[in-house]
Amino acid sequence: MAKQSRTEPPSTPALRIRALESLLVEKGLVDPAAVDEIIDIFEKRIGPRNGAKVVARAWADPEYKKRLLADGSKAIAELGFTGLQGEDMVVLENTPKVHNMVVCTLCSCYPWPTLGLPPNWYKAAPYRARVVIEPRKVLAEFGIEVGPDVEVRVWDSNAEIRYMVLPMRPEGTDGWREDKLAALVTRDSMIGTDIPKVKA
Amino acid sequence: MNGIHDLGGMHGFGPIEREKNEPVFHEDWERRIFGLLNLTMGAAQIHVDEIRHAIEKMPPAEYLASPYYEHWLYGAEKVLAELGLVTPEELDKRTAEMAKREAK
Repeated sequence: MAKQSRTEPPSTPALRIRALESLLVEKGLVDPAAVDEIIDIFEKRIGPRNGAKVVARAWADPEYKKRLLADGSKAIAELGFTGLQGEDMVVLENTPKVHNMVVCTLCSCYPWPTLGLPPNWYKAAPYRARVVIEPRKVLAEFGIEVGPDVEVRVWDSNAEIRYMVLPMRPEGTDGWREDKLAALVTRDSMIGTDIPKVKA
Repeated sequence: MNGIHDLGGMHGFGPIEREKNEPVFHEDWERRIFGLLNLTMGAAQIHVDEIRHAIEKMPPAEYLASPYYEHWLYGAEKVLAELGLVTPEELDKRTAEMAKREAK
């Protein structure tokens, strides 16, 4: 039975990719330094701390929150987070009545500028298959339960739109500075598989 | 057309496997294909939908069993071949040459 998630990579892709790179460089299609740079950007410099800043700003500033919900791309750009895979952002507000979850059932669409690159579970078959038919069971696997009176909405990314969840601000955070608020925002809470809380 | 990639609602899948403190890339070849494909798409004006369409043609069993970034390699090879930018023969040849060199 084939494993659904990532398996040990055989040596073949590694060598083949090195061969591919050498050909692309020879043909003048890529510059290895540029390849190194984009790797560094996504491995080290872009990540969910960007999205956490957006969430914290929305929690702290009601006018920003309004702009964020009206035009996600524009408001996120105010904080400087733009670019590849973030051109069309829609922000989904969690409320006491609605819990939002995001998936890309067809591939792995994900808002790179705000969340970085997706975790493997988001791209693998079990989440993509199950979250659209049994979201509460999936939430339970993540240790999260929402009340039966809460509507769970699952949003399937299409080719252009990238979704980000705006989780609810936890109780007990009145007057907190934005950086302290941002520290509460987990990556998974912006996908919809977690709910931020103040640690005891 | 439908295909194995159209996973929403498909039955039979088990638990969602999560890795604690998962690195962005697990292997060097993953980060290399990530960088390569992004840059190549820019240079050759390849739209991401072309890559997705290529990946959707992966044999179903291969699609499910392979690590994610192998999909990227598959998509890259297919589109580059279609565009005549890198032929499968060239790539096979270069891979064999490099294998030989590294075996020494």
